[in-house]
Parts: sequence; structure tokens; C-alpha cells
Amino acid sequence: MHGLTPMAKAGARFVSLEGVALRYGGEGGGTLAVSGLNLAIGKGEFAAVVGPSGCGKSTLMKLVTGLATPSAGAVIVAGAEVSGPLKIVGMAFQNPTLLPWRTTLDNVLLPLEIVAPYKATFRREREKHVARARALLATVGLAGFEEKYPWQLSGGMQQRASLCRALIHEPALLMLDEPFAALDAFTREELWSVLQALWMERRFTCILVTHDLREAVYLADTVHVMSARPGRVIETRRVDLPRPRDLARSFAPEFVEIVHALRDRIAEARASSC
Amino acid sequence: MLSPRAQAAIMPWLVVAGLFLLWELLVVAARLPPFVLPAPTTVFAALAEFSGPIAHHALHTLGTTLAGFALSVAGGVALGVAVGSSAAAYRALFPVLIGFNSIPKVAIVPVLIIWFGIGAVPAIITACLISFFPITVNVATGIATLEPELRDVLRSLGATRTDILRKVGLPRAAPYFFASLKVAITLAFVGSIISETVGSNEGVGYLMIQASSRFQIPLVFAALVVVAAMGIAMYFLFAILERRMTFWATRGVDPAYAAGG
Repeated sequence: MHGLTPMAKAGARFVSLEGVALRYGGEGGGTLAVSGLNLAIGKGEFAAVVGPSGCGKSTLMKLVTGLATPSAGAVIVAGAEVSGPLKIVGMAFQNPTLLPWRTTLDNVLLPLEIVAPYKATFRREREKHVARARALLATVGLAGFEEKYPWQLSGGMQQRASLCRALIHEPALLMLDEPFAALDAFTREELWSVLQALWMERRFTCILVTHDLREAVYLADTVHVMSARPGRVIETRRVDLPRPRDLARSFAPEFVEIVHALRDRIAEARASSC
Repeated sequence: MLSPRAQAAIMPWLVVAGLFLLWELLVVAARLPPFVLPAPTTVFAALAEFSGPIAHHALHTLGTTLAGFALSVAGGVALGVAVGSSAAAYRALFPVLIGFNSIPKVAIVPVLIIWFGIGAVPAIITACLISFFPITVNVATGIATLEPELRDVLRSLGATRTDILRKVGLPRAAPYFFASLKVAITLAFVGSIISETVGSNEGVGYLMIQASSRFQIPLVFAALVVVAAMGIAMYFLFAILERRMTFWATRGVDPAYAAGG
């Protein structure tokens, strides 16, 4: 059933979507956001999903995290079919969605006040969690900003804090929905390195939805190209560049070649929809 | 030269003083008799002369207003949370709330007096009824406008409805809530005084009705000045509270000085 998409070879399969369709707005009518969507992502793999705008990339996020239920097909994560919101997920979006009444540190701690194993003991073990949050903030370069409020931070710093919030409960799966899209080019590339370092250290499974092909190729082990709506994966491309990848390499011919190939594929997908 | 901050602080007093001066000049120039429009000096003379009874009635009104206001805060927040956190409750309750808010409260007071007799109870209830609507609407708005991404983050952490309400909904609604308190407290004064004018033995409303029936117009105005002063005092009390509780909503910039600074 994965005939359309060559399987990634990294580790055991962690996320798989099999013949998934999702229709918004009722039976018959409404919009078919994705259809015949097949996708397989190995454990500890960094996957990027790219495609023309409106191809259902964000729908894919909702399906994998269990926030949306497929109209057809199955979504399987960690060996079990997804039937409700998953609790092993960290999420970050283009909008950092930090809480303005909490300090950066307290924003990062938020998931621990809510998510299952930590919630019960959060008050008792607060010291330990605070130390962990501070360490995590330090690894993304936010040491010294723990007591600042989000609105006192720059956009890039807010996005770093948002990444920390997504990772503090050590989720097995990190879902990123265009997290760097609103940042300037320099900050964006800086955060690619931050994210790559975090991933290399922790090896969570990561799904990154992005419009930016350089970002996808820089960060991901596999890049999945989606078609225009109704979205499905029309190509999966492995990126076998060595890690840690540095920015200078993103201008090397083998890197650029992958970017161009992906770009052509998306152009085709766009054209076929018109 | 005064600092911009001091200027901003002194401006409201200058405006009030200017208004009184204009008023005084108008009365003197047009030779208006005190039973048509008393001059501010006459009003303040009445205020001094009747300070005892005015204080007594003003404190009574303050008491009923605050009691009604406290009820409306409790009820308004509860209703706002219900309406804001559930689309079904919103659809079910909102038309009724709007209908209810459209009823002139003065029309209800006689009914309240039949039910509860002359006294403080109708005033408290009227103050509550007139002031809960802005609180409800604001709290509901604050809770209902939660960003969808944030809701996704929380749901994917397994947050219960109560978690979402406690960690995000209520803090998020706080600026809306405090803004509404400033409106609601002034409305509560209107409510209790309306009720007192229709039927009461005590309170500023009663005092004014009594005074005007005896053509003591300066006393009526003295009572009005006291009501306005109480309204302003309460407004600023809640403005200070708002600033302390929700400084983050204005990003630490004091809105009272932001424009002038």
C-alpha cells in the first residue's frame, strides 16, 4: 500500500497514514482536504512535508495529533490507531502562542502543569522541573530571559521559547507547523541550527510542515511532497547529507540540486491543479 | 515647567475646575435663579450645610451599590464563563441576555418594590441587574477568543476543559473583565439611584426626590456632585486594580500615561 511513496529506511515505523481522507463540512458536500494520503515516518526520523499552499499540510498535522478524525483510512502512531488527541506530542506553530501573563519560564513549564505523568506531582517537584526548563532555555540561547514576559522578547526569541514549551515534557513526537515562517531570514537560519541541535541531542520523531524548501532539505531526513488539494503525498525524497549540517553547505551543489528537484515537483503539482 | 507625568496628573483637575468656572459664569451672566440652575458656589454651600444627611444617604447608596455590584460580578463572571466556553450555551443564552438587557430597569423597580418592599433590597437588585451585562459579555469574549493553535496545544497535552479554563481562559479574560468592572460600577450607581428615586426611605435617590419636591434644587445638585464623585472614585479604584492585575495586557505600558508621555 506504500507503492506510491518509497519507504524511509530509518528505524521502526512510528507514524503511518494509510489511505487517509478528510472531508470538512459534512458528507457529500464540504471540502475534501486530503484524500488517498499515505505517509510513513520512522522512529526518531526528521520528516518535512512541503507542498503548494492549501494542500492540506495543516490538516495532516491535525490528523497525526488526533485533533481531527479521518473520514477514511487509518492514522497509526506508536503502534496504535489514533482515536483522540495524542498525549505524546509537542506542538509549535508560526504564531508562538505564548501566554502574555506568564514569564518565559512559566510558559515553558505550562505543559508540565497539564500533561499526564507530570501534572500530579508538578507542585512537589517544581524545583526539579524549573531546573530542567532553565537548562532547556539555555540550550536554545535564552539563558537570562527566564523571567521576561513574552512581549519583552523578539519574534525569534519567542519562537525559541515556543520550541522549549513543545519539548519540555519530552514528547516522542514533535509537530512543527511552519514555525519559522514569520521570522526574518537570518533568525530563521539561526533557528534551523537550534532545532537541528535539539533534534540531534534528543532524537524525537519530528514532522515539520513548511513552505521553505531550503528549510526542509536542511533539517529533514526525508522530504514528503504533497499535491494540490485534495492533498496526498506524491513524492518522498531522502536527504542523505551528513549531520550536523551547516548553513554553508546549504549552498553546495548537492544541496541545491535536491531543492531544485523538489521545487520542480511542487511546480508540477501546482500546474496539474489549475 | 511640570514634568509630562505631573501635567497628565493635573489635567483632569483643571478640566473640572474649568467646568465649574464656566458654569458659575453662565449662572451669573444669565441671572439664573437657584431653583432653575444653582451656581457651583451655591451647590457647594448646600453641600456644606447638609453634609450630615448627604453623607448618611450617600453611604447608604454606596452600600447598596457595592452589594449589587458584588452580586453582578459573581453572576456576570459565572454567566460569562458559561457563555464563553460553550457554543451551545452561547446560542441558548445570548438572545435572552440581550432581551433582558434591553428592558429599561426603571420599569422593573415597581415590581421589585411589590416583591421586596421599600428599602435596600430593590436597590441592590436593580444595581445588580443593570451592571451584570457588560461583565458577562466581556468575560465571555475573553474566553471565547482563545487562539485555535493554543487550544490545539492544550488539547494535545490532554488538557481537560477545566484545565483550559483555569490556565488560559480565565487569565486571558482578565483584561476584558477588569475593563468591564469600570463600566459596571458606574452603571451600578445608576441602578441603585433609580431604584431609590422610585421607592426608598434612604439613599441619594430618595434625598434628591425629597429635595426637588421642596424646590431645594441646590441640594439636588449637591447630591448629584457627590454621586459623580463616588462614581469617579470607584472607577479609579478599579482602574488601579486593573493596572495591577493585567499589566501584561498593555505590555507594561501604563495606558493612563501612554498617550501623554
